[in-house]
Amino acid sequence: MNASSALLVVVGAAVGAPLRFVVDRWAREHTRAGTILGTLVVNVAGSLVLGLVAGLRDAPDWVLPLVGIGFCGALTTFSTLAFETWVFFEERAWRAFAANLALTFGLGLPAVWLGFLLG
Amino acid sequence: MRIVRAGDAGLLGAVAAGGVLGSVGRYAVGLALPHDTGAFAWSTFLVNVTGSLGMGVLVVWVLSMTSPHPWLRPFLGVGVLGGWTTFSSFALDFHAMVQAGHGLLAAAYLVGSLMAGLVAVGLGISLGERLFGRRP
Repeated sequence: MNASSALLVVVGAAVGAPLRFVVDRWAREHTRAGTILGTLVVNVAGSLVLGLVAGLRDAPDWVLPLVGIGFCGALTTFSTLAFETWVFFEERAWRAFAANLALTFGLGLPAVWLGFLLG
Repeated sequence: MRIVRAGDAGLLGAVAAGGVLGSVGRYAVGLALPHDTGAFAWSTFLVNVTGSLGMGVLVVWVLSMTSPHPWLRPFLGVGVLGGWTTFSSFALDFHAMVQAGHGLLAAAYLVGSLMAGLVAVGLGISLGERLFGRRP
């Protein structure tokens, strides 16, 4: 493991994880959709930023580990997405199940494209 | 509305520490299992599925406690597992597979990650209930 890259991942993650927490808390306290919306927002925003970083030409070496792997990786989550989707499945809440996946993939995947084009 | 509040320092510090642990672990997995651009991203698949399993166990474990420490779930759920798993790399992997002309592989990666992640959550919950008792 390259020590300086690992250190950049550490710094990025130390910013991304608490940022996700405050976005989540804001969504929980101010919207009816709650944590579902929080997860959607961080995943779409993080995908946009990662697309931007990956699309940059002549980006310095430190950008990808700091912003891409550290910050975007810690900001976004797959485990909470899977858990929240599983709860809809368990409750047989099919409309919410489908809407959650449609929004997550329908916004998250194009966000990477958009970021990549802008980068 | 305050985004960051008085008394948040410890809580956010715990989340940051968890995020660092999970993210460095994910970075190490990525180095151990490299893949060509546009190929199936086994490293991302692995962290996302194992993290989903961990999330199932974690939720049951925290629910089984009478008064869990208020930092425990944010530290482990948002921090460690949130750092270990990633949606952004998953989305970028998908993008790279499509760009490389591997549309079918991209579709398999998307559906496979989702299905495996959901099954992993269910297995994690079952495992958690064996270890910590049924959810209330």
